[in-house]
Order: sequence, then structure tokens, then C-alpha cells
Amino acid sequence: MNFDFSDDQKLLRDQARKFLFDKCDRKSVRTILDDDQLHYHKELWSQISEMGWTGTAIPEEYGGLGLGMLELCVIAEELGRSLAPTPFSSSIYLFAEFIKNYGSEDQKKKFLPLIASGEKIGTFALSETNGTPKPSNVKTEYSSEKINGYKSPVSDGETADYLIIAANSDNKGNRSSLSLYIVDLHQDGVSKTSLETIDPTRPACSIKFENVKAELLGEQGMAWDMTENIFNRAAVLYSFEQVGGAQVSLDEAKKYSMERFAFGRQIGSFQALKHKMADMYVKIELARSNAYYGAWALSTDSNELPVAAAGARVSASDAFNYAAKENIQIHGGVGFTWDYDCHLFYRRSKLLSLNIGSTRQWKENLISNLEKRNIV
Amino acid sequence: MDFNDSQQEAAFRKEARDFLDSNAEKRSIISDKPNDKSPQIAVAGAPETVKGGKEAAQEALERAKIWQKKKAEAGFAAILWPKEFGGYGGSPIQQVIYSQEEHDYLVPSGYFEIGIGMLGPTMMVWGKDEDKKRYLPKMITGEEIWCQLFSEPSAGSDLAGIKMKAEKVGDEWVLNGQKVWTSGAHFADYGMIVARSDPSALKHKGLTYFYLDMKTPGIEVRPIKQISGTSNFNEVFFNDVRIPDSQRLGGEGDGWKVALTTLMNERLAVGDPPGLDFDQIFEATKELEVEDGLAIKNSEVRQKMADWYVQSRGLQYTKFRSITALSKGQTPGPELSISKLVTASKMQDVSAYALELMDSAGMVHHDQNPVLKNLFQNGYFFSAAMRIAGGTDEVLRNIIAERVLGLPQDERADKKVPFNELPSGKN
Repeated sequence: MNFDFSDDQKLLRDQARKFLFDKCDRKSVRTILDDDQLHYHKELWSQISEMGWTGTAIPEEYGGLGLGMLELCVIAEELGRSLAPTPFSSSIYLFAEFIKNYGSEDQKKKFLPLIASGEKIGTFALSETNGTPKPSNVKTEYSSEKINGYKSPVSDGETADYLIIAANSDNKGNRSSLSLYIVDLHQDGVSKTSLETIDPTRPACSIKFENVKAELLGEQGMAWDMTENIFNRAAVLYSFEQVGGAQVSLDEAKKYSMERFAFGRQIGSFQALKHKMADMYVKIELARSNAYYGAWALSTDSNELPVAAAGARVSASDAFNYAAKENIQIHGGVGFTWDYDCHLFYRRSKLLSLNIGSTRQWKENLISNLEKRNIV
Repeated sequence: MDFNDSQQEAAFRKEARDFLDSNAEKRSIISDKPNDKSPQIAVAGAPETVKGGKEAAQEALERAKIWQKKKAEAGFAAILWPKEFGGYGGSPIQQVIYSQEEHDYLVPSGYFEIGIGMLGPTMMVWGKDEDKKRYLPKMITGEEIWCQLFSEPSAGSDLAGIKMKAEKVGDEWVLNGQKVWTSGAHFADYGMIVARSDPSALKHKGLTYFYLDMKTPGIEVRPIKQISGTSNFNEVFFNDVRIPDSQRLGGEGDGWKVALTTLMNERLAVGDPPGLDFDQIFEATKELEVEDGLAIKNSEVRQKMADWYVQSRGLQYTKFRSITALSKGQTPGPELSISKLVTASKMQDVSAYALELMDSAGMVHHDQNPVLKNLFQNGYFFSAAMRIAGGTDEVLRNIIAERVLGLPQDERADKKVPFNELPSGKN
């Protein structure tokens, strides 16, 4: 057994951490936070792409680096630590993974090199209503080779060039009537409306489709199965982002508690605060370990993936949400000001625990997959 | 990243499984076998005296000794110990592999862990060669059981506050005082003890460490009845107990240093307590009915179960990470403290919730008419002890905060004052 990343992967992590420390400081995160017109950090995105991060897990024949999912996990953790305001997750964890896993040879050749180079950005949209998405509330339709309907919220929709969506192909509104389609967003009939989000460094929009051209992705009627699988894969990657963000929240809470004095002592010497930070540490270590297990399942195409991914996501959401909120608490009054960075993590933690399904939903996934595993 | 056994690991696993298959019975998830009635208190070790009185307890002890002898002969009793003392001379990975395999079988536990896990390793570091030769092999075979005489009525979380008096008279030491929470003192043959040899020295400086025969005149063991109704802890009274200076481990006044060797090993000795975790409540929810059908189909139940699952597996995978570090020659640090901290509270929450799911039947805790074999009723009581034994939740959080995160120590009133001038309240 070797339950750790390799030396090469650790080297990649060190390089990525150093690079993001230099190029993605809090000031650059805040340029996106403070400016409604900016949806992502363009300069950072092109630097990340030049280094090949966007193509990490895309095969060389399609313009990627041809490394594995473990390397992508390593990068995800660093993106999470730095709060990088880029569409990396939408384009790489979701769009690229859909094409890589379900695209035809032609689709792979057409889309993957553009995504790997960072030249084009893709994303995915399922939700149309408030609440848990289910087959019966997907109203968007595909007929006569055209899409009509509405998706919201669409993460990174404003910046995206391509979108994969679930739409009804036979109007029955059940699981097997849903298929996936690739939509080029630069065409007539696509209208986007910006949406503010709880974390403006991770923006979203709603998109209306009126007689929009689209091409089928994967097998007809298999949208739900494909989405579940890609969400499982993405859940592992997101869990690394969450662990990264949680760790920095703890580090910053700790730093502040050692600098700040009250009653003649460092506030970090009070047990009430020490115990809170110990609890953060415990949740983060459990989350990290669950994420590692997810990484293992992801990188080996194990049939443990559904359980491992849900476990990683539930644990990482818990850790990041807890660390981010208690980081504010440890900072006291300044913790809820715009000037201090605590809210950047508080925002990101909640957004990340909602974007591919709520924690509630993933807990349900976890138990239902455990039931299935037991039956098998 | 790789979960598969290497060739050597696979061979070792097969060896372990073959031994277990031919010598032990497989456990079911919810089991009513005697050793399952008492989910082992991870650190404190010794099992409760089995309900049914002294005879049953004696019988259980004999069974445990027979099992331990077999295990020792097969080489699995002390995998990490060097061969010269009867150990396997194995690696931490091998210890983990064996424990993983043994976890699936019904085997006695709680009698030998403190000796082999903590006290033996202390003797290896601080003992004389003739002591090691005399005592260590019999510790492994279970012929001699050891207990750890550390805590006192006024020295629990603040362990260095020990008051047990050790006075040197010629070549002997005379011990007077009281120890408490001593697991297994009622069946132990030997013990290791820390006592105060110089009350005028600073708190951590005036201690000395000894080993002794539990049959030495002047030692009186009184079992403590716990909330579970059974006893595995004891009070141990010392009245003019005389032991030779040759039974001292480490120098006079070095007792705290020697005790730290024991305590460092405590974290490694922490086992996975069998019997009450996610898997048990998962099984229970498939049998218990709530208002809208089987508990497992209820959405609130499922939400809670998911939390316990990620805690349970998170700990397991954290252990794998520690073992990986260990196998690369890094030392596992106090981060292992999270294991008991999480496990004890989880067990308490799981037990209490399972009783809720039973509704009023959860009130029943009856040997002849048990509900789900009394597993959760027993766990409800045991977990309360587990959150305290071997380092309270609060002490463990302090350890994590100070030693792992590097946060400042508490301000202390006892650092620079001679022990006998410290305020000590009623006790």
C-alpha cells in the first residue's frame, strides 16, 4: 500500500503553489470580486493554460499533457488554496471530462485541443429550477435539430464558448428521455443574463435558448447516467479544491490568533479558540483522507468511484464550510469586514458545496450507492 | 497511489488469514459473542469483567491466554517487536495488515495490549538486559499480564501531578499512596508505576519510574463499578509497598521522561475498537422500523448515516496515510490523536441515535431479551467512558492545538514552583 502522491506529483504541487502564490495573490482575486464586468482573471487563465494545466489530464493526441487524474487533483488543491478566479473547474472538470469520456472521435478532435490550450472555455448546465434537479423538471427540449429552453444557474456561462446541456429528446420527461447536447454559445438564439452569486469570483448566468443548433453527445437517452458519472469525477476534483481552501482558512485563523492579543495574552492561547482550531484540523484531515481515497478511485477507474466520490465531497464540504465560518469567528469583528479576506473563503466554501449538487444531495447519493454496493 | 498489497504484503496477509481461519471464528456485523458485548475502550485496554461474575471472568481470561499463546507461537502477537524478545521483527505495514485481518474475527481483546503496546516498548528503552530477557517474552505469550499504574485521584488529565510517595530506604523504595483507573489491575501479574521521589523538586522533575510484582505485600486492588454496571478499572492502594532499587527504570527523578516513552507508544497502541461503528448502525437501520417504514429508507436517517460514514472511513484512510509515512521512515506524530477523539464521540452519537430509532424499545437493556443484541445499549455506556479514558476529548484537542498546530500553551501556574508548594485544592 502506498497512500500518498508520488515525488513527481509533489514537485508539481510545489511548483503550482509557488506559481499561484506569485501570480494569484488576494489582490488579483479581489479585482474580480470588486468589478461586476470581470468574470475571470484573463491573465492568470492564459498563464495557467500556457503551463499546460488545462491539458493536464487530456491525452497528448488531443493537445493535452497526457498526465493522469492524480496530477489534476494536485492542481485542484492549489487552485482551491489560492481562490483562483478562473473557469478552470467548469472547463476542465466538467466540459473536458464529458468530451473525453463520451465524445465521438470527431468531437474529441474538435473540442479537446481548444480546451487543453485554454483558447476556448466550456461549461455544463443541468439546473432549470430552484431545488434539486431531477429528470421531470428538465423542460429544455431538443427537436428538429434545435434546442429551446432555459438553464440557470450556468457556472461560468458568461465566459464560456461551449456548453453541454441536458435536454428532452422525446417529451416524456423521464430519465431516459434526456440526452446531452453540445451547444456553441456564439450563435443567434442564445441570450445570457448575468447573475450575481454568493461568490462573485465564481460567476454564473442564466441562458435562454431559442432555436439553437446543437449536437448530440454520447448515447441518446443517457444524459442522467453520464452526468452522474462526470459529477462523481468532478466531485473528487472539487473536494481537493475544498480541502485546499479549508487548509488556508485554518492557517489564517491560526496566524491571526497568534498575532492578536486580548487580556494580555495571544488569543490563540485560549482553549476556546484552540479547541475550535483543533476541530478544524480534524475535519480537514478526515476530508483530505477521503479526498485521497476519491483520487485513488478516480485514477484507477475503480467501481468504488460513486461511493468514494460522494464520501470525498461530503467530507470536504463539511470541512471547508466549518473552517471558513470559524475563521471569521476567530477573527472577531474584522472577520466580517470587506477588507479582511475571511469572507472570500466563506463565499467560496458555500459555493463549492452547492455547485454540482448540495451536500444534502451528495449524502443521499452516498447512502444509495452504499445500498447498491451491498446488493451487488 | 496504490491500495494493492505488494508481493510481500500479500504473502504476509495470506499467512495472517490462514492462521486466523484455522484458529478463530468470523464475526458477524452485529454479534452477541462475549467479547463483542464490550466494545474495547481503545486505550484503557482491558475488557470488562464479563457479566456473570468472577467465574465467567476467570473463564474469559483463560480463553484469552490460550488464544494469546497460539497467536504468539504463530508470530503475530508482537509483530513490531524484535525477534530476540519473541517478536516478529516486522514492519508497521505488517502490523496494520494483521490488525485488518483480525478485525473480521471473534478473538479476545483487551488483556495484553497495554503490555505489548506500551509497557514492553518502555522496558526495551529503559530496562536492563536481564529484565528484558526475563519479562518481555512472557509478556508476548500472555503468561504474564501487565498493567499501567499512572493516574491518581488528583492526577488525571494533569498526569504529572502524581502524589504517590516513593521513599528510598537503603537499597529499597517504599511506596505509599493510591492509583486509580488502572485497567486490568485485578488480573495483572506485573505493573509499571510512576511515583514522586522528591516533592521539593519541580513537578516534572521529582518523579521516578518502577516496575513491580502485583503480588508484592501492601498492594490492594479494588474494582470500580462503572455506569455499564461492570468493572474493568480499579483503584489500587499502596501501603508500605517495598520494592528493590533494581526495579527502577531510568534515573531517580527521570520518571517523567520514562513515562513519556510509555505515552508515546500509547498512540500507536490505539486499536480500532470493534463492534460499534457505521457498519453496525447501517445494519440496524435495515431492521428497525420508523413511522414511514424501514429506518434506512428515511431521509433524515440517511443524512446522519452519511456523516458517520465519512468520519469512519476518513479515519481509516488517515491511518493509511500515517502508515505510508511510517513506511517511508517518517515518524507518525500526534496527528494520530484524532483517531480516539473522533471514534469516541461517533460511538456515542451512533449509540444514542440507534436507541432513538428503536423508540421505546431502546429503553430495554436486558441480557435475556436484548434488542439488537444490546450492542447499542452497551455502546451508549461505553462511549461515555471512551471519551475520557486515555486522554479526554479536551486533552486531545489541546495536544492537536499545541503539538500539531503549534498554538501557544496555556498559561500555567505549576511550571516554576516546587511541587509541594503548588495549590492543590481539596485533594
